[in-house]
Amino acid sequence: MADAADFIQETLPDGSEIVRFSGNLAIASIGDLDARLHDLPDSVAQIDLDNVTHIDTVGAWLVYRTAKKHGAAIVNADKDAARLIEAVSGVDDSAPVAPVHVSPLNRFLGEVGMGVVVAFTTLLHFLGFVGQVVKASAILMLNPGRFRWHSVVQHFDMVGVRALGIIGLMSFLIGIVIAQQGAVQLRQFGAEVFTINLIGRLTFRELGILMTAIMVAGRSGSAFAAQIGTMKITEEIDAMRTIGVVPAEALVVPRVIATVVMMPLLGIYASMMSIIGGGLLCWIILEIPPETFIIRLREVTPMTDFWIGMIKAPVFGAIIAMAGCFQGMQVEGNSEQVGLKTTAAVVQAIFLVIVLDAFFAVFFSEIGWD
Amino acid sequence: MADGNIISVQGLCNSFGDQIIHKDLDLDVRQGEILGVVGGSGTGKSVLMRSIIGLQEPTSGDIHVFGEEMIGKEEDEATDVRRRWGVLFQGGALFSTLTVAENVQVPLREFYPDFSPDLLEEIARYKIHLSGLPAEAAHKYPSELSGGMRKRAGLARALAMDPELLFLDEPTAGLDPIGAANFDNLTRNLKETLGLTVFLITHDLDTLYAICDRVAVLADHKVIAIGPIEHLLATDHPWIKEYFSGPRGRAARRGHAKRVDK
Repeated sequence: MADAADFIQETLPDGSEIVRFSGNLAIASIGDLDARLHDLPDSVAQIDLDNVTHIDTVGAWLVYRTAKKHGAAIVNADKDAARLIEAVSGVDDSAPVAPVHVSPLNRFLGEVGMGVVVAFTTLLHFLGFVGQVVKASAILMLNPGRFRWHSVVQHFDMVGVRALGIIGLMSFLIGIVIAQQGAVQLRQFGAEVFTINLIGRLTFRELGILMTAIMVAGRSGSAFAAQIGTMKITEEIDAMRTIGVVPAEALVVPRVIATVVMMPLLGIYASMMSIIGGGLLCWIILEIPPETFIIRLREVTPMTDFWIGMIKAPVFGAIIAMAGCFQGMQVEGNSEQVGLKTTAAVVQAIFLVIVLDAFFAVFFSEIGWD
Repeated sequence: MADGNIISVQGLCNSFGDQIIHKDLDLDVRQGEILGVVGGSGTGKSVLMRSIIGLQEPTSGDIHVFGEEMIGKEEDEATDVRRRWGVLFQGGALFSTLTVAENVQVPLREFYPDFSPDLLEEIARYKIHLSGLPAEAAHKYPSELSGGMRKRAGLARALAMDPELLFLDEPTAGLDPIGAANFDNLTRNLKETLGLTVFLITHDLDTLYAICDRVAVLADHKVIAIGPIEHLLATDHPWIKEYFSGPRGRAARRGHAKRVDK
């Protein structure tokens, strides 16, 4: 296979041009033949394959293409070459392989339009999905026998118990950071003792729940989307439907309930860990003993702060679980979709959680829980 | 390769834990033939193919492809051999995020990065044509294709590098009888046009009768018989008897005889 493919151009006595191919006209040895063949003059009338030692379909294609372009005749093709050229010659040239090119402006406008359409249809589908879940929950309440306790308990474990380590560590560190930053700033006014107010109110009211929600969205919301999305691709969900199992009942409701129940518990736990972290720092840096810290904490943190956290947590939990399950259900077609929808589930969940958190903040201030 | 064997497997042993799949399996595939590989479920047809193409390290044994030792080769050492074969996996195994044309171009881009985009497109186009797909299929995604079209697209990708050897894993499984018969004809035509050697795993008795030059029967951890179907019909191994002389086997033989008469 050492002889590279090549061709020479000759002028015949009658003035017409002939192209003589030689060597191994195969994919591995054609080199720059493609580019050189494009530069041939129009006057080529014959293509000679007499000196070709071996030919494959790529070689046959180049010969056929050149012959067609110049209207040249192919001569001295052996049996193999003739067969291959015949095989590749049926291609319909008119159909473009690449998608049709569109101008950047059109593409931009098209993408904006698609974005708007997708946003609205997603919203619509999401509302429909929430409706389905509510309906499925209502049906389950009327028929408690169909309720999947097993699945719920399993998700308690996945969403709650297995998250204890990471959420505890994260909250502990956040408590330390709040206390440390608070102490540094408040020291300027000689008001270090207010660090305790900062820790107590911030963790119960806002950060404990919010950070837990973000962690649960990243851990469990994404897992829901990926699990359900994969089940969609492997047609498991279709199989469920044909058997008579309602996917919303079997897959979505247990996940939503598990997350709704686990979020407040994780939220309390996260707030506790933050306070332990903050208290530890107060003890070491500000030399406030733990007893004093706790007494002071009880004085400055109203019970309403705790209730605010406990009201928000299940709502956030429902949003995270629904966004995860919804995006999982939106998967169609290929495996890339699973990744895209999993990302969308996390982004959507965190976004919605933060938007709602802002509403809650205004709402609770307005009703006087500040 | 002096003896005309493209693939030569000697003393192949494969086992997963305690489960023995192959024991002292020998198999030769001759140049230019279509070799059908049959066997009951779990007899290791796919494992045999995966061992030959290097997706699975056998427990022991020798495998030569194009006269080159394949066992113990690193991925990058085997690329010279790899570019001389094409593989069609059972489900097509198309890259789901690429169009059919882009799928066909993947091996070309990998081995021949210097090819111009135009040439790559032209090659993709005629490969798609060779595999019997309509030209519109070129810029469709695999999820937009039917099962039969996906197999053809997988075949187009397997043919991308102008292979000398083609591995087909149950190419007609899941196709309707007409689609399966068309695929058989396509395989036969491509083999004749492109001078391919084909290693074909199948359960389809019609395929065996219609296009296979020889058939290898896997059972009891090894190849218990190999040869043209008439030759296999003469053996008295119970599994082979049941396979070829069961109701489906007899129907396929009758169908084949009718076609030959015509």
